[in-house]
Amino acid sequence: MKRGSFGSWLWVFLGALYFLLPLYGTLDFSLRIKRDTLSLAAYENALTDPQFIQTFTFSLQMAALTIIVSLLLIVPTAYWVHLRLPRLRPLVEFVTLLPFVIPAIILVFGLIKIYSRPFTILSVQILPALTNSVLSTNALLVAGYVVLSLPYMYRAVDNGLRAIDVRTLTEAAQSLGAGWPTILFRVIFPNLRTGLLSGALLTLAIVVGELTLATFLARPAFGPYLALLGNNKAYEPAALSIISFALTWGAMGIIQFLTRGKPGQGQIGGGH
Amino acid sequence: MERSPISASAPIQHLKPAKPTARTTRASSWAWLGVLPFFAFAVAFLLLPSTSLFIGSFQDAQGRFTLDNVLGLSQPNIREAYWLSIRVSAVTALGGGLLGFLLAYAVTVGGLPRPVRAIVMTFSGVASNFAGVPLSFAFISTLGRTGFITALFNSVFNLDIYDLGFNLYSFLGLSLTYMYFQFPLMVLIMAPALDGLKREWREASENLGATSWQYWRYVALPILLPSLLGTMILLFGNAFGAYATAFALTGGTLNLVTIMIGAQIRGDVLHNQGLGYALALGMVVIMAISIGAYSWLQRRTERWLR
Repeated sequence: MKRGSFGSWLWVFLGALYFLLPLYGTLDFSLRIKRDTLSLAAYENALTDPQFIQTFTFSLQMAALTIIVSLLLIVPTAYWVHLRLPRLRPLVEFVTLLPFVIPAIILVFGLIKIYSRPFTILSVQILPALTNSVLSTNALLVAGYVVLSLPYMYRAVDNGLRAIDVRTLTEAAQSLGAGWPTILFRVIFPNLRTGLLSGALLTLAIVVGELTLATFLARPAFGPYLALLGNNKAYEPAALSIISFALTWGAMGIIQFLTRGKPGQGQIGGGH
Repeated sequence: MERSPISASAPIQHLKPAKPTARTTRASSWAWLGVLPFFAFAVAFLLLPSTSLFIGSFQDAQGRFTLDNVLGLSQPNIREAYWLSIRVSAVTALGGGLLGFLLAYAVTVGGLPRPVRAIVMTFSGVASNFAGVPLSFAFISTLGRTGFITALFNSVFNLDIYDLGFNLYSFLGLSLTYMYFQFPLMVLIMAPALDGLKREWREASENLGATSWQYWRYVALPILLPSLLGTMILLFGNAFGAYATAFALTGGTLNLVTIMIGAQIRGDVLHNQGLGYALALGMVVIMAISIGAYSWLQRRTERWLR
């Protein structure tokens, strides 16, 4: 198939240009904080800003919580659906795809509408207004992030479960006298580690720079900080963009490495 | 789906590994408890918030039923917001779809060395996830007033692209920025579909005397068309729901639906809560149609490409 090779190179070249020019532009810009000389001063300024450290740590913490909650919610569910309730699979799949239909801005709108006032059923108060305290607002933020991560996490876990023989593993464990927690944490989780890790990394990449939910729930996360920094400074935001690109690249690179040779494993993300 | 175990589909079920019957019947009546946490979570943080927006769009300030909010969507500034969002999404879906398809074609059946494919796929995975605030900064440093391409045009051709009418913070600029995550997504979805084109189909049509063009026109394209259309519709939805990139790039000056919803959440700029909910409802309807169309078309393609 030699024919069309020139055209192929041309498209790859154009794609590469589109991909690399903005990156080059950002990198170049981030090094020019001092007139007529290249320097890493913008990186130094950006990384030593106490607000950067605070917001970035906060976002990392939220990402870690999101990953834990998401795993605890999705792995048992996907496992159970595989093992006992295959009829529910279309419904579970449908629910996990809903976040594609409900973008972050709509999700946060709805969350604020419901949880910014006391939650009542038949005028009996079940929950106080969640947005009133820092702790419960953070919980709401994590819940929102778990929703955003549902499609990627579920797909990663589901792909992993398809690749192993869930029933045989479970029955083997049961016949050796294992209870459900043992089966789940010592048999199923370890067998899914590739899928879980790629789901977790993708979630990390989405959550750390996330803007929409954090802004409207007024949490001091990295995304809103970066947006604000962009209004006040020129070079530091460019430096942080390069760093955040490197992080995305790192996460995707590890996923690619883990899932090499396995088609259809998730690296399609979102959160625009 | 049959519910009773004694049914026409029973013989098929027996092909699966036999289960201990007595235990399963007792267990399965409680088995749904295992998925309860998941569905409880989904109801609390996905279904309830979205249905409350749905209900809110049919209520007036006193909580009575009204159609005024939904009808209010036809007022000029809201109509313009929807129209701008639709145009940006359509243009980037078409442009990103076309570039993405050609790139996917180049790395799958285009006869390029395999490492090129691996690099393009990895880059696409990264780029489709590189969005939001950092992406907008990347484009500001490239095509903004002091951006490097702007400066390049200035020094090489002595042209100021901003004098020529270009503006990054406009329809064109936003579309160029969105394309950055749109076309890699197309590559990621189309490359497996192109891989699914069987060599036999090409050989069969060549044996029958078909030209390359005829093969594409009558064999490959009809098979790929649902996937092609479906993915472009997915790209449409992808751009339509985008908020962070647009907000970080234009600071909310461009009147997109997502930006308008954001302003409404901040401070009821429409001076009507219900109208804000209706705005969100209209958006969810458009998203639901596009994602629904995507999954329907994707299922049609899978018939051939399995």
